[in-house]
Amino acid sequence: MNLARALGKRLLALALVLFLVTLFTAALISMTPGDPVDLLVPLAESDNPEIQQTVQEQKDAVREDLGLDEPFPVRYAHWLGDFVQGDFGKYYRTNATDPVGDKIKSALPVSLQLMVYAQILALVVAIPLGVVTAYRAGSRFDRATNASAFGLLSIPNFVLGLFLAYYVGVFLGWLPNEGYRHPSDGLVEHFRYMALPTITLAAAQIAVYMRLLRSDMVQTLQEDFIQMARSKGISDRRVLWRHALRPSSITLLTVSGLNVGTLIGGALVVERIFSLPGVGRAIFDAINGRQYVALQSFVAVLAILFVMVNFTVDVLYTVIDPRIRHARATS
Amino acid sequence: MSRSDDRVEVRAQDTDGARGAPIPRRRLLEIEDLRTQFRTHRGMVRAVDGVSFTLDRGRTLGIVGESGSGKTVLARSIMGLLPKRNVVRTGAVRYEGIDLLTTSPEQVRDLWGAEMAMIFQDPMTSLNPVQRVSAQITEGMRHHLRMDRKTADATALALLREVGIPEPKRRLRQYPHELSGGMRQRVMIAVALACGPKLLFADEPTTALDVTVQAQILNLLQREQRERDMAMILVTHDLGVVAGRADEIAVMYAGQLVEKAPTASLFANVRMPYTEALLRSIPVLDAPSHTRLQAIPGRPPDLVDPPSACRFAERCPYVRDRCRAEPPPLLEGEPGHFYRCWYPVGLSSPVTLRSQPTSGNSGGVR
Amino acid sequence: MPEPLAEQPLDAAVLVPSDVAAVVQAVEASPTRKLGFMGWFSVCWLVCIIGAAVLAPILPLDDPDETFPGLQRQPPVQPGHLLGGDASGHDMLSRVIFGARTSLLVGFGAILLGWVVGGLLGLMAGYFKGRADTVLSTGFNVLLSIPALVLALSLVAVFASSDQNASNTRRIVVLIIALGIVSIPVLGRITRASTLSWSEREFVKAAQVIGARPRRIIFREVLPNVLPAMMSIALLGIAVVIVAEGALSLLGVGVTGVPTWGNMILDGYSQLSELPHLVFIPSIAIFLTVLSLNYLGDIVRARFDVRESVL
Repeated sequence: MNLARALGKRLLALALVLFLVTLFTAALISMTPGDPVDLLVPLAESDNPEIQQTVQEQKDAVREDLGLDEPFPVRYAHWLGDFVQGDFGKYYRTNATDPVGDKIKSALPVSLQLMVYAQILALVVAIPLGVVTAYRAGSRFDRATNASAFGLLSIPNFVLGLFLAYYVGVFLGWLPNEGYRHPSDGLVEHFRYMALPTITLAAAQIAVYMRLLRSDMVQTLQEDFIQMARSKGISDRRVLWRHALRPSSITLLTVSGLNVGTLIGGALVVERIFSLPGVGRAIFDAINGRQYVALQSFVAVLAILFVMVNFTVDVLYTVIDPRIRHARATS
Repeated sequence: MSRSDDRVEVRAQDTDGARGAPIPRRRLLEIEDLRTQFRTHRGMVRAVDGVSFTLDRGRTLGIVGESGSGKTVLARSIMGLLPKRNVVRTGAVRYEGIDLLTTSPEQVRDLWGAEMAMIFQDPMTSLNPVQRVSAQITEGMRHHLRMDRKTADATALALLREVGIPEPKRRLRQYPHELSGGMRQRVMIAVALACGPKLLFADEPTTALDVTVQAQILNLLQREQRERDMAMILVTHDLGVVAGRADEIAVMYAGQLVEKAPTASLFANVRMPYTEALLRSIPVLDAPSHTRLQAIPGRPPDLVDPPSACRFAERCPYVRDRCRAEPPPLLEGEPGHFYRCWYPVGLSSPVTLRSQPTSGNSGGVR
Repeated sequence: MPEPLAEQPLDAAVLVPSDVAAVVQAVEASPTRKLGFMGWFSVCWLVCIIGAAVLAPILPLDDPDETFPGLQRQPPVQPGHLLGGDASGHDMLSRVIFGARTSLLVGFGAILLGWVVGGLLGLMAGYFKGRADTVLSTGFNVLLSIPALVLALSLVAVFASSDQNASNTRRIVVLIIALGIVSIPVLGRITRASTLSWSEREFVKAAQVIGARPRRIIFREVLPNVLPAMMSIALLGIAVVIVAEGALSLLGVGVTGVPTWGNMILDGYSQLSELPHLVFIPSIAIFLTVLSLNYLGDIVRARFDVRESVL
């Protein structure tokens, strides 16, 4: 069936993109100026030959570990093999080496929670606002909402985060401004701690989604089939939600999928501001600690997440609009 | 406003075979000096500028005019299917005695579908592209008639058969883009008829269709109208469409009615030069080849600031001084035949304003 | 007797005048034709801040690195120091203006890079199509597959932060290049899409038939039409990059040594409760700049995007 062929083509593209992306992240460590091993193993300046010897051995061990002497394709293959099996490399600290995988296991869920909550909040607020402002396009409510949205999306997320953290968190004390509580320790507490970060991350998205939906809805509401639906005598609410919303939501769907990239970036900043133990914080710590192996793995994980989300959005497209399903199946 | 259940009886009884035979019927629609204006940044556009007529059950009124004449806006103004903001309607639109212009929008909306319905011009864009055929038909029924799913689906199936769609069961499950143009229009007709309206608006129902299909659709409409004893307002730019299918034809120009007459009278004794020009511009099949098509030169007037005298004066081949000076009123020259012209076609002497014109069984006068 | 109707060929027939049905639809819309209050405000702000940034060295400002005794931790409106001082006693006003220099430099620099490279690649992809398009599009998609901030972060971390001895200039250059690389695919895709649609037009085909060389066609026929779309995205992009600079500073890989809006916020963050103006002032500067750029970018897009202006 042709639909399967179209899907197959997309899977192929997916594989290609994944390959190139992982290639890039695997190469990161070689791009540092100077010898990466010197960065990972802190130089202990000493004249003591014994200490120098130990340091040299450590460096050699690390070099072998990372396969830095091997040609790049071989190193990439090793890296990829390890990665797929869940071995994300190690942290090279002065006293110990911890597997990065542990960190990812603990940090990734936190970041995912933050992004998912933010996306949900953004959609839950933006969709009704978009529908109502489109329905009352030109009214004072519409103009006021649009202006507010515009202002909101012009505020950098870290600025908003800092202000919320201070004024709501510290000054008013309504919500905690830093830290994280695991859901198993109590859902209410979990959400209380996630509240300000979620709002910060969602704020700009609300504005973007609302304006997007409004713009598409206003166009859709002028189409003939909306007039036809109205002429059947059904309520305006039904016309809006059951007839107008669905065709207008396509762009919103695409953008909310593509937006995951912005969400990921935003999550990094938000986690830093609100001290959430997510991937963002892990990356920050890795950079500060010069743990480039760990950095590589984090970047790879985030990139793959992003690619998979985009792919899913692309496939979901077909479900929403039967015309596209039909067009793809017959093309 | 009660929904009478005597439709079934009427179907069998009151069918009028001979077109034009003056059998008295119930008056359905009375339009009195309807004006519709749109607020734009250029000013108030006077799309419909004082139209009056009446329509009885079972009768067909054809409204003819070029693009921009206001015919579509007129149909929508009567039904009330206009934007909420920046639109002003004055006058009276009486449906079964009740003035729709003074009723609340919710009550008017209750009429849509159940009492009056509209068929739109382009079935491709007028049907919801992501809704199946069955849902489009049953939506109105479930709302107005409170049918349950099974009954509604069965009725939809019957409707599809009635409008002549082959393999109706399969079609019910399909989406509009899977149907041909003619079938889509039939589906639209089914949707319009679903709740059994008494008044049907057909806004250029065949313009977007192939010529071969046009006749079929028009025949279908005519048959449905007869069987259901509906009144129909057929809006079109094509005189050929209304020629054999309307009881009465009203010609619109620049927002006004310029001629109104029973069909036979209109074609036999055309009075308004504009109508004459319209008739002349229809290509004739058996004319010698390379005959130039006759067009009406010029353009319709600006609706924000229409001329104070005759609006057709600029383009009229018979124009005289009086036409540019005084606006001609709509007068009933012969019984039932109204026109708006100082020097009508075919009359040797110019029209003079005399006593009050007779108002027959149809039509108000401006 | 009345004269016969004028006879005219069909193409002079009754043209379709303003269809009143279209009036029904268009009535709701009210596109802004002129720059409103907001538009003029945006232009003024941008002119002021860019002007101040460019002219900073010759303006009567204090040295941003100079510390003034007694100015430490003073809130705004001090004699001689309009915006107060920071924790070490630097003059906030001069810091914020010199900060504008670097932040705006990064913003414009990165987008310029992205514009030129992305635009060129996009033009090529859209005009030549075929193989070139496939390769370039895949390249764009791969770059776009990595979340933007993460990509910029990793590039800066690897090329600049890793080197303890990196000079300020090097950091700034790396920042510009990294953010430029991130913006290449965005600009490239928009340019490609625009080029694709314009290349199908007849005047391009006509030029091809005459035998004009591709380079000439691209630059003289296609580019002028593609420019508006690129402009709009560029304006929005500058705003994004300026914010990204701030985010990267907060994440620890920003510029150090010279003031930027980002690192001013980072520095002032810890004293938000006592000295809010340390964070407020650069925040407001960023906010106003981003607001102005967004607004103007929106106007450019609305003006030239056919779909929107019909609305």
